[in-house]
Amino acid sequence: MATELTVLPTQNLIPFKGVKKVTTEEYFTSGHRTCQGCESALVMKLMAKAAGPRTVILGSTGCMYVANTTYYSTSWVVPWMHTQLGASGSAAVGTAAGLKALMRKGRIKEEPINVIAFCGDGGGADMGLSSISAALTYPEYNFLILMYDNESYANTDIQLSSMTPYGANTTFSPPGKARRLLHKRWKKNVAGMLAAGHPECRYVATVDASYALQMMNRVRKALSIGGPTFIHSLDPCPKGWDYDPMLSHELGELAVETGVWPLFEVENGVLSFYGKSKGIAAGAPRKPVREYLLKQGRFAHFTDDDIAYFQGKIDDMWQRWLLPGIAPFRLAGEIRKALAASEAEGNGHE
Amino acid sequence: MSVVTLEAPAKEKELLISGCAAIAQALRLASIDVVTAYPIRPYDTVMQAVAKLIANGELDAEYIVASSEHDQFEIVKHASAVGARTFCGSSGVGWMYAMEALAVTPALRLPLLALVGNRALDDPGAFGCEHNDALAVRDLGWMLTWVDTAQEALDTALICYRVAEDPRIFLPCAIGADGAFLTHSEALVKVPSQEQVDRFLPKYDRGDKQLHPDNPITVAPQANEDWVMEIRKQNDEAMRRAHDVIQEAYRDYHRIFGRRGENPFVETYMTEDADIILFGQGTLSLPVKVGVRKLREQGHKVGFVRLKWLRPFPTLEVQEALAGAKAVGVIDRDYSFGAPNHGAVLYTELRSALFDLAQRPAVVSFICGLGGREVTLDSVTEMSEVLLKVARTGRVDQPNYWIGVRG
Repeated sequence: MATELTVLPTQNLIPFKGVKKVTTEEYFTSGHRTCQGCESALVMKLMAKAAGPRTVILGSTGCMYVANTTYYSTSWVVPWMHTQLGASGSAAVGTAAGLKALMRKGRIKEEPINVIAFCGDGGGADMGLSSISAALTYPEYNFLILMYDNESYANTDIQLSSMTPYGANTTFSPPGKARRLLHKRWKKNVAGMLAAGHPECRYVATVDASYALQMMNRVRKALSIGGPTFIHSLDPCPKGWDYDPMLSHELGELAVETGVWPLFEVENGVLSFYGKSKGIAAGAPRKPVREYLLKQGRFAHFTDDDIAYFQGKIDDMWQRWLLPGIAPFRLAGEIRKALAASEAEGNGHE
Repeated sequence: MSVVTLEAPAKEKELLISGCAAIAQALRLASIDVVTAYPIRPYDTVMQAVAKLIANGELDAEYIVASSEHDQFEIVKHASAVGARTFCGSSGVGWMYAMEALAVTPALRLPLLALVGNRALDDPGAFGCEHNDALAVRDLGWMLTWVDTAQEALDTALICYRVAEDPRIFLPCAIGADGAFLTHSEALVKVPSQEQVDRFLPKYDRGDKQLHPDNPITVAPQANEDWVMEIRKQNDEAMRRAHDVIQEAYRDYHRIFGRRGENPFVETYMTEDADIILFGQGTLSLPVKVGVRKLREQGHKVGFVRLKWLRPFPTLEVQEALAGAKAVGVIDRDYSFGAPNHGAVLYTELRSALFDLAQRPAVVSFICGLGGREVTLDSVTEMSEVLLKVARTGRVDQPNYWIGVRG
């Protein structure tokens, strides 16, 4: 039976071929009051630049709402609207659906308009996960949901979220005399979960704004490929992670180089690692996580044992997970044997 | 008094349909752009009717089955911001699940239309009618109307779009429809023609507030103490203007659709010489009217006033309808535990509205018909007897009664 999907065309945003080819126009400009060294503000700027002028952006509650849109001094050059903390998925669906209906009925000009909804890790991975998951199942709407993950509720005073790393010092998990570590949950792998759980979603990626060109080109791909898409960005946060603001870029790099933050994309069902994560996935050495952790005050209370535990979990991800960053399990022996036998007989699936 | 010329009610057809199906007909005629559904009884029959209209090509709209009521109302909120006419709805705890989205919508000045198929807030589990769900948005800037019949549901839905989308108003509007009694009961409904509706209801035009790359505005920034109070005041002014805009809309509706020109805000029944008046909203009007007729046959001067709009509250119209009575009994299909005199929501509202009258009737609170329990003829007689005694003695010995309840 023929599909009855009616998908509008997207903008064809070809990748920037190099830093010098990046457009100079800014769509997120001055007027905001983010902290010095705020990586998330850079993510907003690069995201808007990558998307270009024919774009509508929805922002859920969080740093990038509160700090960016003080009344009368908005930093957004493109149209922007606030959405509720857990509503980035719904905001994207509603905006895309409204535009689509109005275009079909001839009430606004028919043209591809980028719709981007962003959320922080609290809004996306905690409260809004259901809304994002739902959004990724509507194949007839084109939009990108970008989660900027600074690993805490950084706007409300640095409270832990489900994305805060194990053991980190936050205002909800202070190290104390009786209990050194109050936060013992391991960070969710949201991009992997969403990629694995939404088979119709055509593009899911992790990004890191320390690699600005790669990051922008992934935003452009997500907006061009069609349908609902998701990008998870890891954003060093001087206030929440407790480091000198000049180190944001370096910490972004270290997150990748230590293997804590795998850079990957799942494009039309095909997984690939990119940037330095490509080499790491192929077995290249990773820097020790100690280099990353001890540059951050939030881990200052860590003992060698804590660091060893953290290193062990990262090692597990790269060495023992079926798919690092995505599938945190191994195959049972009989499945492995069956697959090996099948390959040996030449019946292996592609 | 101005003379209103009725136009011939041409090309209307009559259908035997439920209150929910009647609203779905209004949505077809209003040619809505985006609708979001999520199941909860009893409002959701409207979405079943909408789904059929869309599947059969009778309505061209983005039809989105959402994953929660919060998603439902956030989706239409954002669709409305780009200029789409939307519809949504819920019942009981579903409406409460959407509360965050409901709370922010009025300040965004988005003219959503929602149906609340009134349902008890379980626990304990109850599908039946109670008004506390819709009443939860009473203070937030939603216009709030209660309908009594399937015909009124259809007519009111069209009127609500006209009022909500008026640039002088731009406020969301919720229609309260008693669960089961109205949502599921079928009646003959006159369905207007498309041509009539097109004359009555202009297209939703968001003007310079439309979110679009050609109009790059920032919506709902951080305003804080610098501006929030001014923004709240603007909401208040819009709600004040709504009274006259509602009146205009009913006048045009009556003219274009040839309906009789009833008062938009209150329905009065045998009140002209009434000593005692029962006051309530929604479908309890049917048993109350029958009870009033029976008591009239026995020589008691009893009347009934049905409130049609709770927000904006029609203070003058209500005063006018009740000023002549000696005693008024407010039937609340809701509760407000710990309220003044242990009355409930309508009682408190009405007493406040009557307070400035030089000569005001005594007011008694009746809590009745909760959890879907019927308001019976016996209940009407019981309440009337209390009121007759108050009218006779001029004294309210007991301000509040629970009617038709065991223990």
